[in-house]
Formats: sequence, C-alpha cells, structure tokens
Amino acid sequence: MHGVLPGVDGFMYPNEVELQWSVLIVLYPYLTGLVAGAFILASLERVFDVHVVKPTYRLALLTALAFLIVAPLPLQLHLGHPERSLQMYLTPHRESAMAMFGFVYLWYLMGVLVIEIWLDYRRDIVRWWKESRGWQRALYATLALGVDNVGPRALRIDDRVARAVTIIGIPSAFLLHGYVGFIFGSVKANPWWSTPLMPVVFLFSAMVSGIALVLLLFMATSWMRRRAIDMPCLDTIAKYLFYAFLVAFALELLDLVHRIYEADESFLALDFMVQTRLYFSQVVLQIMFGTVFPIALLALTQLWSFGERTRRWLYATAASAALIGILAMRWNVVIGGQLFSKSFLGYTTYKMEFAAAEGLLPAILVMLLPFAVLAVLLIVLPPWEDEPAAPSA
Amino acid sequence: MDVPRRQFLVESGRWLMLTGVAACAYEAMLAGQPVDAEYEMSDHWWGMLIDVDKCIGCGLCVKACKEENNVPDSPYYFNTWVERYRVQLADREHPLVDSPNGGADGFPALEESDDERVFFVPKLCNHCIDSPCTQVCPVGATFRSPDGVVLVDEKYCIGCRYCIQACPYGCRYLDPRTHTAKKCTLCYHRIVKGLTTACCEVCPTGARQLFDLKNPGDPIHAYLREHPVQVLKPQLATGSKLYYANLDGTVR
Repeated sequence: MHGVLPGVDGFMYPNEVELQWSVLIVLYPYLTGLVAGAFILASLERVFDVHVVKPTYRLALLTALAFLIVAPLPLQLHLGHPERSLQMYLTPHRESAMAMFGFVYLWYLMGVLVIEIWLDYRRDIVRWWKESRGWQRALYATLALGVDNVGPRALRIDDRVARAVTIIGIPSAFLLHGYVGFIFGSVKANPWWSTPLMPVVFLFSAMVSGIALVLLLFMATSWMRRRAIDMPCLDTIAKYLFYAFLVAFALELLDLVHRIYEADESFLALDFMVQTRLYFSQVVLQIMFGTVFPIALLALTQLWSFGERTRRWLYATAASAALIGILAMRWNVVIGGQLFSKSFLGYTTYKMEFAAAEGLLPAILVMLLPFAVLAVLLIVLPPWEDEPAAPSA
Repeated sequence: MDVPRRQFLVESGRWLMLTGVAACAYEAMLAGQPVDAEYEMSDHWWGMLIDVDKCIGCGLCVKACKEENNVPDSPYYFNTWVERYRVQLADREHPLVDSPNGGADGFPALEESDDERVFFVPKLCNHCIDSPCTQVCPVGATFRSPDGVVLVDEKYCIGCRYCIQACPYGCRYLDPRTHTAKKCTLCYHRIVKGLTTACCEVCPTGARQLFDLKNPGDPIHAYLREHPVQVLKPQLATGSKLYYANLDGTVR
C-alpha cells in the first residue's frame, strides 16, 4: 500500500489501516486505575492502620465511587451496539476476558465500594436524616434504608463488617484493575500488549494515579474550604506515592529491558514506532515528564527537608505530572498497540476527531464527568470530619 | 388474594427463572436447526488450500468476494485480499509488500529485477480451530460452527471490536453499515448448498481450493500426503485451516 493510503507507512493488512479502539478506550483503563488507586489509599487507613491519612479516607472512597460510576461510560459510547451491552450480563461468553468485566465491575461497585461507604457513613446519614427537613429528610431516610439504629452495638457491627469489606476490597481492587491489564496482556496477536507483566504494570500505575489524584483533591478541597492542609497527612500520602511510583517504574523498566534484550521478531517494528510515532507520548510525556520528573521531585522531599509551602508545591507538581504520565501510558498502550501492523511491516496513524462520537470532545466530557459526580457526592455525603453540622444541600 | 410475602417471593423467583431457562432452551433449539435440510454440519470440516505459486495476482477473487458477500466498497475492508511480496535476495528480512485496493484491481507492473523474488499471497480468515477471535468475544456472537467455519452473528454482536484486535491475521473489520464485526464466512451460504466459495469459483489458475477434511473423496487427502503445507504464524498456535503450499518464510 505504498503511498496509496494517507497516514500509512510501509505495509498494513488492509483491515488494519483504521484504528478500532479510540481515545475513549484510553480513558477506560485510566478511570478504573484511578478507582483502584484511590481505594487502595483508603484501605491504608482502615486495614493497615495508617491513621495519619484518615482525613483522606472518606474523600478517597467517594473519589473511587465517582470514577467507578463513570468508568463504563466510555466503553458504552464506543460500542457499535450499546443497546446490546446487557448481553454481557445475560449471556456472557465464559472464555472471554472482557465478558467477566461486567461481573468484576458490579462486584466491586455493589459488593465493595457502596457497602463500605454506606457502613462508614451510616451514623452520619442517620444524624442528617434526623436533623434535616423536607426532601433532604426523605433523601437521608432513603439512604439510611429506613434504619435509624445507631446504638453502640450496631456501630460496632458496622465497623467490623466495614473492615471485613475493606479486606475483601483490596484484592477486589487488585482484581478490577489487574483484570483490565489482562484484557490487553492476553492478546497474543499483539506483541505490544502481550506480556504477563501487563496486569501488574497496570496495577501499580493505577496505584500511582489514584494516590496522586486523591492527593490533589485533598489539597484542592482543603483550599476551597479555607482549611489549613493537614501536612503530616499530605507528607504520608506523598511518601506512599513515591513508593508506588518506584515499583511501577521498576516494572515498566523490567518490561522495557526484557523487550530490548530479548529482541524478538516484533522488536524492530516496535522500537521504530517508539522512536517515531510514539516518541512524544512515550518517551517525553510518559517516561521523562510523567515518571522520571515526578519521581525526582518526590525523592527530593524524601532526602531533604523543605518548608511546608515548598513541599506543597513539590507534591502538587509531582502528582499532576504523574496523572499526565499515567494518562500518556494508557494512551501508549491502547493507541500504540494499534499503530503498527501485525505483519511488522508498516505503521498507520491515529486521526482523532473533535466533535465526533469517539472524538476529543466526548473524551473531555467523560473525563470531567467524574468530578461532577464527585461534587454531588461531596455535597450529599460531606466527608469532612471537622464539620459535624448537617450538610447544606 | 392472601399470599404470604415469602411464598410470593419464592413463587415469582421460580417463575422468573423458569421463563429464562425456557427462553434459552427455545433459542438453542432454533440455533440448532440445519441451514439446509440435507446439510449435516457434523459431516464436514472446512478449510482452504492456497498454492502461492499458482496465484497471478489478478484480483478476481477479491472482486468476486466483495460482490458475493456484500463487502463494503471503501478501500479499508476486505474479507479476502491479495498481497504482493518483493523479497530482496540480499535482504530477506525486510520484504516490500503492497496490496493496492486489496489487490482487487490487480497490481501495477514492476521492472524486472534479478535481485528479487516476486510472488502473490492471497489472504482470508484462517478459520482457526482455536480462534483467538472467538475466544475473546464477550457475548459469544462470534463462534466456530461444528463444521469448522468461524462466523459472526450480526444480530448479537455488540460491536466492541475485541475480536478485531485478537485476530493475528488482520481478517476482521467493523462493518460501517451494521456496526458489527465482519469477516470471511467461507461463503457459508454457498458451501452448505454444495457449492464452492466465490473466490475459489472465479480463480483462473486454481490457486485456491476449498476442502472438506471429513469428506474421504476430497482430493485434499492425496495432496496433503504428497506436499508439504504451512500455515501463517504457526507460533501463535491458532489451529489455522488455511493451508499454504509453496509459502515463502518471509510471509507474515
């Protein structure tokens, strides 16, 4: 197809010229990764008794919920027949990695996250129910499922069950996101995806992105509420971000070194792709700006003492760079995996439209939506422990 | 009517479950109906033999397939296509390959060269026994029929395109008209009537031969006894039933 099709270099199988998975599919692992990461941060407090991060516990859970609610949306928008998506639940093909997504998703949403949030908030929900009037009263009565027993014994049971749910929740969060990695890692036709490291790489990058997001949200919400940022809490989150980042980067390096050293039949084609079409998004955005730079910033804060203001800036910059870097990583996996021919003889180009069904505009809206959902959740279920009064919704 | 709540729940649950089971059973029953009354799926095991040395790159097969199977006319979509390989004798690792319009209009002439070998490779769905594409379909809309043909139920496909990603040979695409995955059906509508595929029918050199491994009278048995054949990407262990004779090792 030399020179015949625009955007194609070398030879692509004819049906490969058009990319099948668009920017929306880039967002899907990004969103689920943020969910898993935020949840794992929340579980630090409850399961591993890292009490210093308590101020972020509820915020992290609500963040996970907001992003989880939106996570299937890009998939749904992408389907050729979204009206048939329920078939995945009704007649799942058991051999398919993707078919199990629906069940893992539902389990994580209803079996873990909603139950944990409900148990943790139940006491407050009952209090808000009793203190409020009108539709708010009805809302909180509904959220409390009509049960107002918040006696010491009931609360003790709540706490015990919530702890158990969190303990089940950690492997579930691992499952949710490791599984997303498996969807890509198990495609043997595609050497860019096919590696058993993929689920683990996805998991640790998920932890990085989730922790970075909650760190930024914690700073932003403290600032918006005109409260001083709880620095011991922020320092601890940044420390965990640093650790998670080191593991994530080590795994990605392992994958990279392994590919370079093994140099199998696909290596030359992939190497060329990384040095040309993926250079900016992979080398510049993902590795340099999104990984090495924030790791260096976080390392600085671990090695030297800085004033609070400087630390805040360093953390915020590192977390923002991390979020961009992980988004670039998802892009490089999903889009990069479709830019080269499975014949290893050529490359195509991804042409992203703007206002089309799978264009940039819907992608931006899908990315903003979880923040809107989170804003509503923060109003209905304020997570701040320093504001005991009824919410003003 | 005074029905205790527990009994109501149990009864309605039972009815709901049984209705679902009955609906599934009915659907399975209909799905088991033979396409043609005289055609017995379990009596056949289809595949195709391609003799690379016989292909002249005329593209008639591609045209016939497009017409017979209503393949979208835009240049990106093909159930079958033909690739032209130019293998430099001094650099076998980097063959030059082209397939303008899938080879449907033939190929532009090349200058004669003693330094390269030129040949044509027809491609189509490999109708694999262990198809990576059917494995990944989340709803089972694509499947291997009992007679060994990989098919797509376009009324059930949700259009997620996972199968397109999973096919190592680039044989699938999303039909822009139906928004479902589409591919070579081995002219299933023809072979159940005892006809051959459209591409085999029009091939002027007999480079393509449909075969039925369960038919003892099929010449494929004699051919396989006497000739070595290969499949594409054997390392992927897909159980391809697209056999190639005289295939050069550079072909991917």
